[in-house]
Amino acid sequence: MNAIYVMWLRQVKRFFRSPARIVGSLGQPILFFVAFGYGLGHVFQQAGAGNYMAFLAPGIMAMSTIFAAVFSGMDLIWDRQFGFLKETLVAPVGRANIMFGRILGGATTALLQGMLVLAIAIVLGFRPHDWLLLPAAIFAALLVAVLFAAFGMLIGTLMRDMQGFPLVMNFVVMPIFFLSGALFPLGSASAGLRAVAIVDPLTYGMDALRLLLTGASQFSLALDFGVTIALSLLFLWLSARAFGRMQI
Amino acid sequence: MVPALPPVPAAVHDISETTTVTNIIEVEHLTKRFGDFIAVDDVSVSVAEGEIFAFLGPNGAGKSTTIKMLTTILRPSQGSVRVNGFDPVTKPHDVRRSFGIVFQDPSLDEDLTARENMDFHGILYGLPGPLRRARIADLLKFVDLYDRRDSLVREFSGGMKRRLEIARGLMHRPKVLFLDEPTLGLDPQTRNHMWSYLQNLNKTDNTTVFFTTHYMEEAERIAGRIAIIDHGKIVALGTAATLKEQTGTATLEEAFLALTGHEIREEEVGDVDRIRTYRRAWGRRNDR
Repeated sequence: MNAIYVMWLRQVKRFFRSPARIVGSLGQPILFFVAFGYGLGHVFQQAGAGNYMAFLAPGIMAMSTIFAAVFSGMDLIWDRQFGFLKETLVAPVGRANIMFGRILGGATTALLQGMLVLAIAIVLGFRPHDWLLLPAAIFAALLVAVLFAAFGMLIGTLMRDMQGFPLVMNFVVMPIFFLSGALFPLGSASAGLRAVAIVDPLTYGMDALRLLLTGASQFSLALDFGVTIALSLLFLWLSARAFGRMQI
Repeated sequence: MVPALPPVPAAVHDISETTTVTNIIEVEHLTKRFGDFIAVDDVSVSVAEGEIFAFLGPNGAGKSTTIKMLTTILRPSQGSVRVNGFDPVTKPHDVRRSFGIVFQDPSLDEDLTARENMDFHGILYGLPGPLRRARIADLLKFVDLYDRRDSLVREFSGGMKRRLEIARGLMHRPKVLFLDEPTLGLDPQTRNHMWSYLQNLNKTDNTTVFFTTHYMEEAERIAGRIAIIDHGKIVALGTAATLKEQTGTATLEEAFLALTGHEIREEEVGDVDRIRTYRRAWGRRNDR
């Protein structure tokens, strides 16, 4: 337990110590709101699909959350290069605990960034359809954060340096985000795109988040939570296994 | 007339417990291969509890690789290792509880303060709060960093980082201390200071110290026994006096050069890099 706590605390402390990184991470979501929200909003509305800003807000919140979560997991690569990783590899605590602590810490900071984006959306005019469901929406975002922090951690244990980072971002994380229905309604997408979305690990967490924030959804909440939790457990297990076997 | 002493029933039990850990480190036929390259070649050595043992060798001789295998972060290809009676491969947890280590390269979190680095270490090693705080204060004073305790490590100089690293390694008072070139880059004052602390710890707590160094006079002055490793093999083992006698030399440095030659070696490449280079070249994965 202590190991989980201390690794969580470390991630959180480091997060609050780099305000530049927090502010920097808000640039992209704001750009998305402006370009898509204001740029495409009229087209979206004229097509009879409703208020695009309302549709977009959960998607951009998810974007910030998963990017931050994957990045936090891949922090492990920096720890390998700066050496701190060794300190945790020889510590007399279960490696799974070290890893769970890291993932929870990364997920916490990713969730904080996602919530910051939600706050910006609210400032820009977004309103959750039911404020009482907000805690449930935040829980859904936390699940998404855990899933992607665990995914990032798995990549982090397998990669030796940051050179592969753009590869992972451009060929794995970006497609997962763009094809998940974060930016467009899956209901009106082509059959091919829908088929891809169904195997996209973000689709279900995205759907839960949108349902709880706006009331609109493609799937049932039970399916959304079931798939996201199952995937989180799978990636927690995979990354614990990879980290447990890690040698230097 | 002194009556014969009655047998002590508990004795049998006691003996079986004490005899298992007379040698705190036991290494037999230890080998580590990275593809075709043999980093550690059939090394056998044992270190008694309470000994100060120096492990010397040129760059790339296999010192760090051996320490990695002793400290559970690298699996041996062959041979057996026992640290405090436990096998690092099958009982890594028990081994990790038995040792402390100061790594050759930095292992601090530069985005945390000196105090936080110490504190996190103490929590990971299960030290209760008051004891942790007391030791942090003592050790930070000892390495002269107490006034900088709340500064981020990234602001420290190389020597300060090294001192913090040593202070952190000493914090949980392990049975065995592995020190991989602990005094590299430190001035003579700090080195002396550090060694007298370690010698004292060795006397009071019977802490075993297993260290590597390139400072021969340090090994000569501090270590009870010295092993010299070259090309992965142990080429000499004994006290400084016997090594000098064996080679007919006057100083340990001369003995070292007589045993390992004058050729200049490559820096030791990271083991993982070695695996990668090998895989890139040969495209197979038979590295263990």
